[in-house]
Amino acid sequence: MLVEQRRWLTPTEFSELLGVCQFLPGPNIVNLSVSLGARWHGPIGSVVAFVGLWAAPLAIVLCLAAGYDHFSALPVVRNAFGGLAAGASALILSTALKIAEPLRAWPTGLAIAGIVTLAVAVLRWPLPVVLVVVAPVAIALAHWSKR
Amino acid sequence: MTGSVLTDLMLIFGQVSLLAFGGGNSVLPEMQRQVVEVQGWMTAREFAALYALAQAAPGPNMLVVALVGWQVAGLSGALVAVLSLCGPSSVLTYFTVRIWFRLRDAPWRRAVQAGLLPITAGLIMAGAVLLTTTTTTGLATGAVTAAATAVFLFTRVHPLIVLAIAAALGAGGFLV
Repeated sequence: MLVEQRRWLTPTEFSELLGVCQFLPGPNIVNLSVSLGARWHGPIGSVVAFVGLWAAPLAIVLCLAAGYDHFSALPVVRNAFGGLAAGASALILSTALKIAEPLRAWPTGLAIAGIVTLAVAVLRWPLPVVLVVVAPVAIALAHWSKR
Repeated sequence: MTGSVLTDLMLIFGQVSLLAFGGGNSVLPEMQRQVVEVQGWMTAREFAALYALAQAAPGPNMLVVALVGWQVAGLSGALVAVLSLCGPSSVLTYFTVRIWFRLRDAPWRRAVQAGLLPITAGLIMAGAVLLTTTTTTGLATGAVTAAATAVFLFTRVHPLIVLAIAAALGAGGFLV
C-alpha cells in the first residue's frame, strides 16, 4: 500500500527501511510505522502512525476477548477454541521453520538455533541470560564464517 | 493492588520491548515465562488461548500482549501492556533509525545481523514448542497442528481460513 498505491517510497527504500527495523529491537511493524511517521511529520507523525496501527485491531480483539469470556463456559466454544489454538500453534511453528530455512546453509547457525530452543523451551532460561550468553558467540561465529 | 499489577505489566513488557531482537514473535517464550511461571497470572493453556484469539483477529501479531494485560487488569492493563511493549523500542527506533539506515552496509552490522538470525530462529522455535505442547491435547489436535503447519509452509491459503477450519473442527467435537 505504501509503495504501490501511495508511492510514498520506492520498493528499495521500503526493503532497506524494513531491514533496519528488523535489526532494531521491538515489533517490526511498530518500528516501521514509527519511523515512517517520523519521516514526514516528526514525533506527531510517529504517534499518529502508532495509534492508527493499533486502535482498530485493539478494539476488535478486546471485543472478541470479552465475548470469549462471556461464552467460554459453553462446551462448543471451549471445543472450538481447542481447534483454534491448535491452528494458531501451527502459525508460529511454520514461522519458525521459515525463518530457520536459510540456516540450512550454515550448520553452526542451525546448532545455535537448536541450543537456543533447548535453553528457552526446556531449561526455561530467561531471555536476558540467553542473549548475553549466546549473542556474542553467535555474532563472532557469524563474522568468522563469512570471512 | 491494581496499581502494583500495572507497574508489573509495565516493567515486564518494557524490558521485553528492548530485548525483542527479531521482532515480536521472538519474545513470545519470555512473555509466557513471565506471565505463567514468574507472575502466575494464568496457566499455560490460558496463555495459549489468548495467543490463538490474538491470531484470529486482524492487526499486529503482538495483540496477544493486549489480551494478557486485559486478562490481568482490564482495559487499563491492556493499554499499559501495549504501550510498554512498544514504547521503549519505538523511542529507540525514532532516535536511531537514521544512524542505522546510514550504517546499513557496514560489515560489522552484517555480522551482527547474521549472528542474531539463528538466535531469532531458536527463540521463535522455542515459542512454537511451548505453544504446541500446550495445545496438543491428544492425537487429533496434534494432527490439526501438523496439517495446518504443512498448509502454511507449502500453500498460499489465507491463514484465517485455516484457523476457521480448525475452530470448526473443534466446535464440531472432532478433536476431543
